[in-house]
Formats: sequence, C-alpha cells, structure tokens
Amino acid sequence: MAVPQNRVASETFEDLALPLFDRLYSYAHWLTQNREEAEDLVQETYAKALKGFSSFQPGTNFRAWIYRILRNVFLTSRSGLKERSFDNDDDEAKDANYAADQHTPESILLERLDQQLVHKALDQLPVMYREALLLCEFEEMSYQEISSTLGVPVGTVMSRLSRARRALRENARRLQGG
Amino acid sequence: MACELWTAKLDTYLDGELQRDEELALREHLRTCSTCAADVLERMEMKRSIQSAAMRFRPDPAFRARIRQIVAVPRPARRVWKWRPVLALTAACVVLVAAVWTIHLQNQSRERHLVNELVDLHVATLASSNPVDVVSSDRHTVKPWFEGKLPFTFDLPELQGSPFSLFGGRTSYLNQSVGAELIFRLRQHSISVFIFQERAVGAGCAENMLTSELNFHLQSWSKNGLCYIVIGDVSPEDLQKLSALLKT
Repeated sequence: MAVPQNRVASETFEDLALPLFDRLYSYAHWLTQNREEAEDLVQETYAKALKGFSSFQPGTNFRAWIYRILRNVFLTSRSGLKERSFDNDDDEAKDANYAADQHTPESILLERLDQQLVHKALDQLPVMYREALLLCEFEEMSYQEISSTLGVPVGTVMSRLSRARRALRENARRLQGG
Repeated sequence: MACELWTAKLDTYLDGELQRDEELALREHLRTCSTCAADVLERMEMKRSIQSAAMRFRPDPAFRARIRQIVAVPRPARRVWKWRPVLALTAACVVLVAAVWTIHLQNQSRERHLVNELVDLHVATLASSNPVDVVSSDRHTVKPWFEGKLPFTFDLPELQGSPFSLFGGRTSYLNQSVGAELIFRLRQHSISVFIFQERAVGAGCAENMLTSELNFHLQSWSKNGLCYIVIGDVSPEDLQKLSALLKT
C-alpha cells in the first residue's frame, strides 16, 4: 500500500513509521526466529531509517523503503549472514520452471491446517522464501513492492513465491505425516 | 486452456497480479471447472492461515516504549505554528483595539455623563430662587467671596466694553469636589462658568472642547490645574467670546 503523496509531504517520520511497528517486529521475528535479535533488528532499523529519513523521497513507497532497510540490516546481522547463501541462488535459472509448478494442495486437508502446523511449516522455509511469502501474504505487498523491498526483479519475486508456496505445502504435508 | 496451465496461475490470480484478460478467462474457467475451483479455495485457505500465523509475534510493551522514544524526535513546526507569531500579534492587536475602543467608549460615556451633570447644575441654578450666593457685578467682590470656600483661586476678566456682565457666584459640587459657579449675563441669557480642579473633572476636561447637549452649548479648557466649563443657551460664537475673555 503506497502512502499518498500529499500525506507524505506533511507527515513526520513518526507519523509514517510508528504505525508499521507491530508488523515490522513480527516480520523481523519471522526472519530472525529470535525475540532478542528481532528487537535489535527493529531498533536498528528505526534508528537507521530515522537517520536517513531526509533521503526518503516524499511520494515514494515508505513501507517498501523501511522494509528494505530492515532487510539490509538483517542481512548484515549474525542471523542474516548465515542465511545469505540462500539469497545468492540462481533464481532465474530455476524460474523457467516456476510456471510449471503444478503441485496441487489437494493432499492438505483444510480441516487439518491448524495454525501450529502453518507456523512450523513457515519456520522451516528458507529465509529467502519466507520473507517473500510474508511480504506477499502478510504485508499484502504487490509484486512490484516486493521487488523494490528485496531488490530483485519481479520475475524473481514470482518464482520465489511459487517455490515458497510449494515448499510450504510440502512442509505442511510432511508435518502432517502425510 | 487445460487445467494444468491454469493451475500455475492460480496463486498469481489470488495475489491480484494476473493480467485483466487472463483474470477474466480464469474466472470463466472456474465457473465450469470444479477441480480448479476447489484448488482456489484451498489456496485461499492457505493464504489466510499464513496471514494469521504471521501476526504470531507481538512486541513487548517495554520494547514498544523504547522505539517510541527513538522515534519521538521534535516535530518540525507545523504550518499552524509557523503562523503562531502572526496569530499572536493579530490577537494582541484585536485585544488592544478592543481595549482602546472600550476605554474610548468609557471615556465617551464619562464625558457624556459629565456634560449631563453640568447641564443639570446649570439648569438647577437658573431654576433656583437664589441662583447665586454672592450677587455682584464687580469681579473684585465676587472673587474674594470664594476665599476660604475653595481650595484654589482664579481670576475674573475685565468685562468692560464687552456684551457680558457678571451676575454673581456660588459654590458648586462635582464628583464630590467643590468648585465655583459664576453666572454671567448676555442680554437676557444666563451663562454658567464652572471652575473645578482638573482631578474632579478628569478626562472630561478636554482642551477647548465645544459641545452641545439639549441645545445648551458647552466649552471647556484647562489652565493651571483648573478646568473651566462654560455652559449656556447662547450661540456657540457668544460662548466662545466669553471663553476668550476668561482665558485672558
């Protein structure tokens, strides 16, 4: 959701950033899978964003901007460094096949899709899939916004989402013992 | 298009990112294909599960407070505050104008009250069977009569060669202050000349003020801490002539 330009012009950093706090924290927790690290990540994100707010261009997407900062902070953190190798996989080489992902979720019975199972299935996703899926499903960002946040082409976003969903279904099926 | 080709596009469709023409075609397909429709429902359920799972982690209140502190930098002056000095100045001007106007109205009211009071004194004197306490056309008789009766003294003009004559005098009171009331005659007209200390009259003793009330004309001025008020039913010109004599 883009922040309307006329609002940005008159709003302060506080006005724009504080409403995103809960979601940023939750997102950070999903990335780090650790409360303390999530807090450090969010705190550093806010500090960096505040410091660099003068470089933020009014009328552009503030949410994508601050999520991008959070992600960059994460990638330089201890947890992020461990995950970086995933970020460098050859997405495009595999993207040719994402459209052929025809695995249907028929094996996942709706009545058995309890929250705990979804949590675990998400936990087990590689972080690069998890972040793309969370930005899409949780933040309801458009592919373009996700592309801007992650700094990857839209095609890569689509392929990551496709593989994230497939992996999530596989995780869920495995967790169900199916 | 076969089902397997649509299946690859179902998530894109649910993300709202499918091209318009493809979206319409897929909707048409979903009306006739129960397998794909069921698939869409299951994927929607998965989306909802992820959405609710994503809010699993809640920030600690203490951490929230810490972030608020980081973020709560002094706000740049909003437009309304930029105008605050102007607004304050405007408000001050409005208050000042209101105050000046109120004072002006109060003064006007006080002056009007003073004029009415003096007219009343003049009329009361003329209506009295003993309009003066000292009856004399001699200024050297009238002036000494006031000695010991007033806390001030005054000079009376030489009227010889003028159309005015002195009739006499009496003490008078205005705002609890004693003063002199002298009666002059011009033909059949009586003119009262009141002499009070300025503080008894206050701001009502305007310099050379000429005014009218109920067809009586008044002229006032200040001199040596005393306020002179001339009042009568003669013309303003005659009133001014007598005033000129008294000022000499």
